[in-house]
Amino acid sequence: MLLNASGCLDALTAPETARALDAFVTKTVTPLPRAGNAPIRIVETEAGMLNSIGLANPGRERFLADVLPRLRELGVPIWVSVGGFAAGDYAETCEALDGIAAIELNLSCPNVDAASESAAEIVAACRTATDLPLVAKLSPAAWDVAEHARAVAAEGADGLSLVNTIRGLALDETTLAPRLGTAVGGLSGPALKPIALAAVHACARAVDLPIVGMGGVRTGRDALELLACGASAVALGTVLFSDPEAPVRMRAELAHELAARGLGRPEDVVGIAHEDRLRHRKPLDLARKALV
Amino acid sequence: MRRERLRVVGVEAVGPYTLLRVGRGGLDPGAPGQFFMLEAPGRLLPRPMSLCLAPPGELGFLVDPIGPGTRALCALGPGEELAVLGPLGNGFRLDVQRPLLVGGGIGVAPFPYLSEVLRRPPALLGFRTPAHAEAAALVANAEVVLEPEYVTQRLEPGRDVLACGPEPMLEAVRALAPAAQLAWEAPMACGYGACYGCAVELGGTWKRLCVEGPVLRAA
Repeated sequence: MLLNASGCLDALTAPETARALDAFVTKTVTPLPRAGNAPIRIVETEAGMLNSIGLANPGRERFLADVLPRLRELGVPIWVSVGGFAAGDYAETCEALDGIAAIELNLSCPNVDAASESAAEIVAACRTATDLPLVAKLSPAAWDVAEHARAVAAEGADGLSLVNTIRGLALDETTLAPRLGTAVGGLSGPALKPIALAAVHACARAVDLPIVGMGGVRTGRDALELLACGASAVALGTVLFSDPEAPVRMRAELAHELAARGLGRPEDVVGIAHEDRLRHRKPLDLARKALV
Repeated sequence: MRRERLRVVGVEAVGPYTLLRVGRGGLDPGAPGQFFMLEAPGRLLPRPMSLCLAPPGELGFLVDPIGPGTRALCALGPGEELAVLGPLGNGFRLDVQRPLLVGGGIGVAPFPYLSEVLRRPPALLGFRTPAHAEAAALVANAEVVLEPEYVTQRLEPGRDVLACGPEPMLEAVRALAPAAQLAWEAPMACGYGACYGCAVELGGTWKRLCVEGPVLRAA
């Protein structure tokens, strides 16, 4: 199963790219509109890129009234990424959502202040507010991401998205001043891949939830590795910026990688990087029934 | 919007800039002021370049080698290939009565194509040095202004200004010619609305330059 990473695709400006995915994940929606951070917001680094977009979005009301109806017309299952600055923010947005495939809780944006509540408390608040599948997006910056995975699983999360970007900084080569307007931003791209693999590997052992793996996926081989670590689905992020046709290419490359290794379907390789093979992995299904 | 691998057919120095010419393939050149995302060899992200020239069967881009991506583009040789996505964004509106092209530095890049389409209107082009001013040879009917003089000091009223250049120049043009069409620039990762990196605040609202620009009306 192939998705986009939240904030890495606008289905309304690139509908063909969105239709090539199994589900489209929106940019994070917050209760109030956010202009986002001051420029410069994008910087390429040696093995990745930094962004400090800062959750620019039209806010919950305009998203529900203007954006979501147009997204529904695309004919692609929609996951709405929900963000906020308190557990109540998240829960209110979850309560207002229906007719979508899933909610991804952005618990880990490196570009804005985090809510005072823990990820588990936010998941608990959202669990009471909606019956939609809740996928918790966690940061790889935690010392023990598996502990956070256990905590959100205990509060009723239906899946995990691993990983968000991780905080980084780049300096101008001449002035040695930070290149991003906010100085620090979220690191994505190839530099993130080993970090994502480690997080997926750890969380797959810790919890029995389906995992959407993401972080530095550029090729079918990268997708295969995330599946092998225990992801049931893969999301594309930075690669979409350079190649809007990446979803089509990725499927072809993954099929080629599987065939070249004499492996079967993508779901057959989930968890095979583990010595005990994690055969019990649940598939990621868009219907909540299949998740619980 | 379409993405193809295109072959380099020419690489020419124009002062400190490089004119990179690629075979057009199946790509449409689009309208003057629209841009393309060019794969920069060895780099993670493509680089946005407005179309400079559109001779039959070719696309030409004027590149200023200011960083690793643009240096990689300038280092390409004939026969090498690169992925090109476009045309992207909104170009200049061409329904103008008395056009005047106003450019600064590498901001002259879209003008050779624009000048041809508008039937060679006058152009006022500002540069830092005589070497940079060699790029003016690509634009018909160009009047060159060298620093410390600025193009805005020679701006005549009553013209439909179409401008591209550094932000301070665009701000100065906007102050003198409120109806001018201005082509803006911002770092962007994708060029097609995905990354939100190129958002700029204009008239109190934030716009993604790649989908709502890069050419915006001043007022």
